[in-house]
Amino acid sequence: MIGFARSLLGSCRDLLPILLVIGFFQAVVLRAPLPDVANIAVGLLLVVLGLTLFVYGLELGLFPIGESMAYAFARKGSLAWLLAFAFALGFSTTIAEPALIAVAGEAARMAALEGNIADTTDARAFYALELRLVVALAVGTAIVLGVVRILKGWPLHYLIIGGYVLAMAMTSFAPPDIIGLAYDVGGVTTSTITVPLVTALGVGLASSIKGRNPALDGFGIIAFASLMPMIFVLGFSMVV
Amino acid sequence: METVTYALLAALGNTLVDVLPIALVLFGFQFLVIRKRIPHIARFMTGFACVILGLSCFLVGLELALFPLGRSMADQLTNVDFVYGAGAAVEAITHHWADYYWVYLFAMAIGFSAVLVEPAVIAVAIKANEVSGGAINITGLRVAIAIGVGVGITLGAFRIITGGNLLWFIIGAYVVVLIQTFFAPKQMIPIAYDSGGVSTSTVTVPLVAALGLGLASSIPGRSPLLDGFGMIAFAVLFPIISVMTYAQLARAWERRATKSRRPD
Repeated sequence: MIGFARSLLGSCRDLLPILLVIGFFQAVVLRAPLPDVANIAVGLLLVVLGLTLFVYGLELGLFPIGESMAYAFARKGSLAWLLAFAFALGFSTTIAEPALIAVAGEAARMAALEGNIADTTDARAFYALELRLVVALAVGTAIVLGVVRILKGWPLHYLIIGGYVLAMAMTSFAPPDIIGLAYDVGGVTTSTITVPLVTALGVGLASSIKGRNPALDGFGIIAFASLMPMIFVLGFSMVV
Repeated sequence: METVTYALLAALGNTLVDVLPIALVLFGFQFLVIRKRIPHIARFMTGFACVILGLSCFLVGLELALFPLGRSMADQLTNVDFVYGAGAAVEAITHHWADYYWVYLFAMAIGFSAVLVEPAVIAVAIKANEVSGGAINITGLRVAIAIGVGVGITLGAFRIITGGNLLWFIIGAYVVVLIQTFFAPKQMIPIAYDSGGVSTSTVTVPLVAALGLGLASSIPGRSPLLDGFGMIAFAVLFPIISVMTYAQLARAWERRATKSRRPD
């Protein structure tokens, strides 16, 4: 109970800066009164409660699940299943990601406006679905690559820097109207539930393999997950 | 109150749908491939339920308390009427980049403070602290990421206002990342690279997107679709730089401390 009260207090402290910022701009810069004070109060209460519950559930559920699966796969010693799991995790979380669905719909509208695809509901829906599949494939591949890197102990920075050089090179050949979108999808794909699971998986794998350092080898999967969609979307735009 | 209850139920439904594929993969592999009883299954399930319930409350609360104000603020601050005073002759406006000082301050402040409530950032910071045996400070890492996002978004706003090429800004930032990678403490590099993707999530993306879109649609010659996108790319890149800087500074302080403790 004391622990819960302390984390509630922590959540309040986390919320304070954004409250100050919004209050300052509303009162001092825009000089407008706060609309709907009751709604705001209820909303803030929900934010604090939600954040506290999330962090509590993180330590109780998401972290242990990710880690125990990593240990189980390491004990089982089946590389194929581990990689299948990594791919499935990345693909399934991304294909259902609401932020990606929104961005893909927006991109389809844009492509129809530019005349790149036919301006019919079917054509737009197909384009948006294609885009989501490409990004989900990219994230699945990224997590597989991240896991393989941990198993082999490859240095992360060569892979990531190489990947970004590739993305930059592809940018010069890709159609200009896809570039902003391609750069943004990388940031959009890593959701609030995927991040803790994948981090726990990486750290669990790194600590169950002899000679790997959890800090040095366990992190880095998310970095692939924000890089790979960029490369895949740029590639997709060049092929289509 | 009724609308809040309804919104909560709707958010709970949405979160459940979002989590369903993840749960299917987790339990599918657990039962078909690993085929072992999950130890402490009751605890896992409680934790999972807390995460889903917590995330739903969090999203509804954001939508009630912070997002409407944040979005309308981004809209108002980028409006030409606000920057140059209502009724300013539109033809006479030069759109000098320095006129938008409130926009920069807002971008910096909102980027910084949004990251501090971002749940995914908290998760990674907790894990980094655990893995390093306490050497990486949770609050320190979160503040470092927040500074990176604040600076990144400010620069993103500057780019939309001046109309610079997105690619050159990105390449410039990568060169900095590249150079820092060779000097930063090895232990922190993977965490730094991860922090970029982590920082752009539930709280930051909607606010940043609103700011980018507001700017791109109020400044003539910018396209909301082309220039409005691309803000997120800055928010992904700059935390990498700020976290590596933080690691370098922390190491320097540590060295200085051990030196002064050892009199010769």
